[in-house]
Amino acid sequence: MGDFLMPSLGADMDHGKVVEWLVKPGDYVRRGDLVAVVDTDKTTMDVESFQEGVVADLLVAIGQTVPVGTPLARIAQTPAETGHPAPEPTPSPEASPTPEPAPPTKEAPTNEAPMAPPVRHLAHQLGVDTAGIRGSGKNGAVTRADVEHARAARRGGRTRSSPRARGLAAELGVELAGISGTGPGGAVTESDVRRSAGSRQPAPSTPAEVKAPRQEAATAKPAAAGERVASLRRAVGTLMTRSKRTIPHYYLGTTVDLRASLDWMQSVNARRPVADRLVPSALLLKAAALAARDVPDVNGFYSAGAFRPSAAVHLGVAVALRHGGLVAPAIHDADTLTVDELMKKLRDLVGRARAGRLQRAEMADPTITVTNLGDLGVESVYGVIYPPQVALVGFGRVMEQPWAQDGLLGVRPAVVATLSADHRVSDGLRGGRYLARIDELLQQPEEL
Amino acid sequence: MKSSYREAVRAGIRDALQRDPRVFLMGEDVGAYGGSFAVSLGLLEEFGPERIRDTPLSESGFVGAGIGAALGGMRPIVEIMTVNFSLLALDQIVNNAASLLHMSGGQFHVPLVIRMTTGAGRQLGAQHSHSLEGWYAHIPGLRILVPATLEDARGMLWTALEDPDPVLIFEHGSLYNVTGELDDGAGPVDIDTAAIRRPGGDVSLITYGGTLPAVLEAAEQLADAGVDAEVLDLRTLRPLDDDAILASVAKTRRSVVVDEGWRSGGISAELSARITENAFYELDAPVGRVCSAEVPIPYARHMEAAALPSVERIVAAAREVTGNGG
Repeated sequence: MGDFLMPSLGADMDHGKVVEWLVKPGDYVRRGDLVAVVDTDKTTMDVESFQEGVVADLLVAIGQTVPVGTPLARIAQTPAETGHPAPEPTPSPEASPTPEPAPPTKEAPTNEAPMAPPVRHLAHQLGVDTAGIRGSGKNGAVTRADVEHARAARRGGRTRSSPRARGLAAELGVELAGISGTGPGGAVTESDVRRSAGSRQPAPSTPAEVKAPRQEAATAKPAAAGERVASLRRAVGTLMTRSKRTIPHYYLGTTVDLRASLDWMQSVNARRPVADRLVPSALLLKAAALAARDVPDVNGFYSAGAFRPSAAVHLGVAVALRHGGLVAPAIHDADTLTVDELMKKLRDLVGRARAGRLQRAEMADPTITVTNLGDLGVESVYGVIYPPQVALVGFGRVMEQPWAQDGLLGVRPAVVATLSADHRVSDGLRGGRYLARIDELLQQPEEL
Repeated sequence: MKSSYREAVRAGIRDALQRDPRVFLMGEDVGAYGGSFAVSLGLLEEFGPERIRDTPLSESGFVGAGIGAALGGMRPIVEIMTVNFSLLALDQIVNNAASLLHMSGGQFHVPLVIRMTTGAGRQLGAQHSHSLEGWYAHIPGLRILVPATLEDARGMLWTALEDPDPVLIFEHGSLYNVTGELDDGAGPVDIDTAAIRRPGGDVSLITYGGTLPAVLEAAEQLADAGVDAEVLDLRTLRPLDDDAILASVAKTRRSVVVDEGWRSGGISAELSARITENAFYELDAPVGRVCSAEVPIPYARHMEAAALPSVERIVAAAREVTGNGG
């Protein structure tokens, strides 16, 4: 137990007034920590401790003036000597219960960075453990900013996480903070993020994980269905928010004359039973797929700062679900399918999408997506791109409209084709070429 | 056909000697004694002293002779007893064999194959037990092969002889007595690619040569614990099959490199660096490594065992990178 005395803060000082206590009983102080603010008639000064230990008692009240050398506070070597429990884990547990007279070298870890007393005081106030801080100041000294950073880092709950986990979290729009990690050293891993996202895409490698969700889905009760819709809505919301936040969209639209296409389609349909007949959207999808092959800048993925064009065209088809929400599964290699095959796939895909029976690959890998809102009477749609894709094609309603050509006015069936595309990857010239290519293709439907 | 690794190597040498009259084998005790590890037993009787040549105890001399023969149009197979002794021929291997093509402006290929034993585990003491193949993998101009299976022991030699440039083949001493089924039709194999010896989804165990059996055993134990490990056998240490390594890591997102060489500055460090450089954003855990203790390999059995990568250490490292999430 040692006393903290009113110091002489100048040759002419013989008494001082305590104007503020910077510590309270139970606080741990080190040599150099600020303990009190003292008024010396001329100025007020911060006073530091020359010992270390736990503050046992404050002997002088604020506002009291006492002569130099008067004990101001009692500082105990160990918490046991005070009545107070140590509020924080003491940096160096002094094993010996016998108090030692102010051992200046005993306590401080030798590898600790140098630190000015006010900074140490700040660290104490903020409850920041200074041992792990790397100083950015002169000679590696820890600065005020370092302490504040350390605190912010701790406050912000910097979560250890793997690069893959961070990437996936960004992809899924999941906050890493708050996820409890199961990886090495408690780091958040990919599977932790997936769990947190409530994703129903278990890693296929662990057999134990695969079974559970299946059974769950099969026995889902109606009550759970509403919840599922809400979570789907949230997922769509998160994805679209990310899209609009990160993808610089640009939009183009063009009106395509469909007379040639529809004439051809009608002549084909005339020879077919009703069940096998084509619908206009099959032609539109095929044209969109072929054009994507011809203008590769709209077909592929943007990730990690770079565009990776895709050789295959996996055409995502936006399907509205009955209870709300939206999915956009892929028709694989749509550019290589005949229009009839495409029709069949489309029917199958829409049916399964609405029944919730999509396969994972179909959900995962569309390279470009088409949304067709013509059935709803919408004339044109400028969609939001599904990350990491780089373009979304929209088709509106096929409707007759006045059509001027070669100085004559006529009536043609037409559709507004639109393109929302990622400006990081392409620009209006390429996008324009894509729409122009769709137009060209639809003028020669027999080639589709 | 039942075969040992030793017999598979011998079959590969015999095959090469039969295929091409320019091929001959030389080294210490390869003839009358049948090879220090009995690999060439019987070949002297079969092919005669012209093609199975005993050499003096002078690595620098007979490796240099091999380089000269290769430059002169032959296809020599030079056997060095252990990798430790190849250090006596480093000048020939690094300054001559590996460099001549470059220094001659592409005029002189050195179609030389050097076989040597590597690795520990047989109580032969530090001077016969080190794994220095990672050192050689540092040298441009060399191709480094590390056959771990009977098929590779049988098939890598001929493909190596067809390579117009120097190839070093490292046979791990602990593998010679490994026996198994070798297809009767087994023949030359590619020397460019790594091979997945066990597919898995949770962690990639990347290894080669003598540690492959321990890694496969570890993978089985991990499977019992619910960790599905993929085992990638590198087969070739230079050039490394980056595509295979990165594809495996991209799939499992975790990796442990198992190498009997030392950790500091070793091939395991190179593998770890490549994975981190090229697949950082795929990784779900830091790259783990299991290597030999940083000591000259001890003689005493228990100390030698303690110094080498063991099944237990491999399992522990894999558990470490997979965390408790599996």
